[in-house]
Amino acid sequence: MKRDIFQAIADPTRRAILVLVTAQALTPNAIAEQFHTTRQAVSKHIKILNECELLEQHKVGREIYYQLKIDKMKEIDNWLEQFKQHWESRFTQLDQVLINLKSKKNEI
Amino acid sequence: MKSNLLMDFSVNKENSTVNIKREFKAPVSDVWSAWTEPEILDQWWAPAPWKSKTKKMDFKEGGQRLYAMLGPQGEEHWALADFTSISPKTNFKYLDAFSDSEGNLNEDFPRSDWNVNFKEQNGSTLVAIEIKHKNLSDLEKIIEMGFKEGFTIAMQGLDKIFEAKK
Repeated sequence: MKRDIFQAIADPTRRAILVLVTAQALTPNAIAEQFHTTRQAVSKHIKILNECELLEQHKVGREIYYQLKIDKMKEIDNWLEQFKQHWESRFTQLDQVLINLKSKKNEI
Repeated sequence: MKSNLLMDFSVNKENSTVNIKREFKAPVSDVWSAWTEPEILDQWWAPAPWKSKTKKMDFKEGGQRLYAMLGPQGEEHWALADFTSISPKTNFKYLDAFSDSEGNLNEDFPRSDWNVNFKEQNGSTLVAIEIKHKNLSDLEKIIEMGFKEGFTIAMQGLDKIFEAKK
């Protein structure tokens, strides 16, 4: 199943995991230690983050280390940027409407 | 015309709120009219090339606005706003929801809670908008949907993105 990035950050535990792996690469055990939840629950969250392509993994010996894929997080910023531009465009139009209102009043 | 008026835009993911502040070079009475009178509101609410169409609007507490965003390819996105509180030229609040053209709510999409504040200072008017969503995934859904359906992308915005990608 193809997941999208918004599913990934919709959950508070997953957001916390993302914050943790931003700072350093961690093993699933090291991540699980940070939460008052079962190892299985954390594994499930890691699996989802992985499916969203938010994590980079590399193997050291028998351990797998997870780290944040920065590029993917930038997608969220891009989305917000679109949203922001929508408002900027709206407001530029409103500026013009207000100028028209003013000149209409001056005509009377 | 390029506006040099600053816009303050922030997303608070902790409480799933979008905050937008913008100053307008006009007295509060004009800005208030532009936000609350349908024939003026429709002139600016949709970013070009989209158009805004208000089918009905009863601007009073308990009243509603049924409106659509009309796309260049004939797309229609209907929404229904329920006005919950109005303090003339100071503030109004409403609950926004997706609906059909008859105003029947679409339960698949999240509602958002809008709080729009007006303040006149030195002949200009500061508008502060707070859009609250029930949870973060709702907020993301709105943003994501807007992106996919294209209505949040004004043509100028697209141009900028293409410029940046070159």
